[in-house]
Amino acid sequence: MRELLPTIEKWKQEGKQIALATIVQAYGSAPRPLGSKMVISSTGDFAGSVSGGCIEGAVIEEALNVMKTGVPKLLDYGISNNQAWDIGLACGGSVQVYVEALNW
Amino acid sequence: MNTLLFDALKTAIENRQICALATVLSGSALGKKLLLLQDGTLLGDLGSSEINQTVQAHLLEQMKAQTPSQITIKLKETETPVFVDVFPPPPRLMIVGAVHIAIPLVTYAKPLGFYTIVIDPRKAFANRERFPHADELILEWPADAMARLGIDVSTFVTILSHDNKFDVPALQVALQSPARYIGILGSRKTHEGRLAELKEIGVDEKLFQRIHSPIGLDLGAVGAAEIALTIIAEILAVKRNKLIKTIGS
Repeated sequence: MRELLPTIEKWKQEGKQIALATIVQAYGSAPRPLGSKMVISSTGDFAGSVSGGCIEGAVIEEALNVMKTGVPKLLDYGISNNQAWDIGLACGGSVQVYVEALNW
Repeated sequence: MNTLLFDALKTAIENRQICALATVLSGSALGKKLLLLQDGTLLGDLGSSEINQTVQAHLLEQMKAQTPSQITIKLKETETPVFVDVFPPPPRLMIVGAVHIAIPLVTYAKPLGFYTIVIDPRKAFANRERFPHADELILEWPADAMARLGIDVSTFVTILSHDNKFDVPALQVALQSPARYIGILGSRKTHEGRLAELKEIGVDEKLFQRIHSPIGLDLGAVGAAEIALTIIAEILAVKRNKLIKTIGS
């Protein structure tokens, strides 16, 4: 979180909406530990990471929606997921990601 | 997350204060939060005093362990998943005694994310030729420097000077702080002597259980680089809650 504060501050100054994604559950060989975070701006920029790059694209899509609706979302990714072929984790682990908007 | 909570979180992080944040992940209270600050202040609301109280205990527990966790709260036959996140200050490694072992210890600590501080009043030991890689090199009486810098829950203290006039007062300061780790170099016999000195000046004996001595994991190390490796390995084990030494354990 500490590393993301300057980015959040910058986007806030620029008047952008911001969403925060956090790994809230990790099974197997998930590439990033519990609590790992990524911030996404309403213009689709992001900082931080919640995987080794395999699910970031999907999380950004969801984050843009969460910023529109204002309703947080809990997402599941992993090999057991139906979407495995599209956005599964190559490492064989699975993660749960919580996405929420930061409201100013 | 609303502005009030975000600002409180940000202030805590910027002031090197540990805090823990609970978030409801699904159900009718989705997105509700409860923030526990280092001084015990609670901000936010999870919907009822009953759930707040239950979660508060988990916040305290995870704050103590300095690790996040997802928990399930059972109230009136409904199960609610809650994520308890923890925001500890970035770890600092405080090394008392700019001795030979301290050089590889700084080398190992840096890629593991430690901010490294080497303290030794002797210029012949503590200089940039020997420690070009330390984040801070402090030429000061160790106990004074430690008290001035402040030792918090994310500070790991290693005392290596092998000189009781530095080590005993440094150990005393460390024992009276919430340091995450306290390790000190020296044989069992040397250590017994140090403890006797501390006892004589009135340091509570119960605190002695916090000290890792002999310092480092037993890897059969030979030489400075290997000893430094056993120390950093022990520190990592403590950081990851694999090795726990607290009063009463």
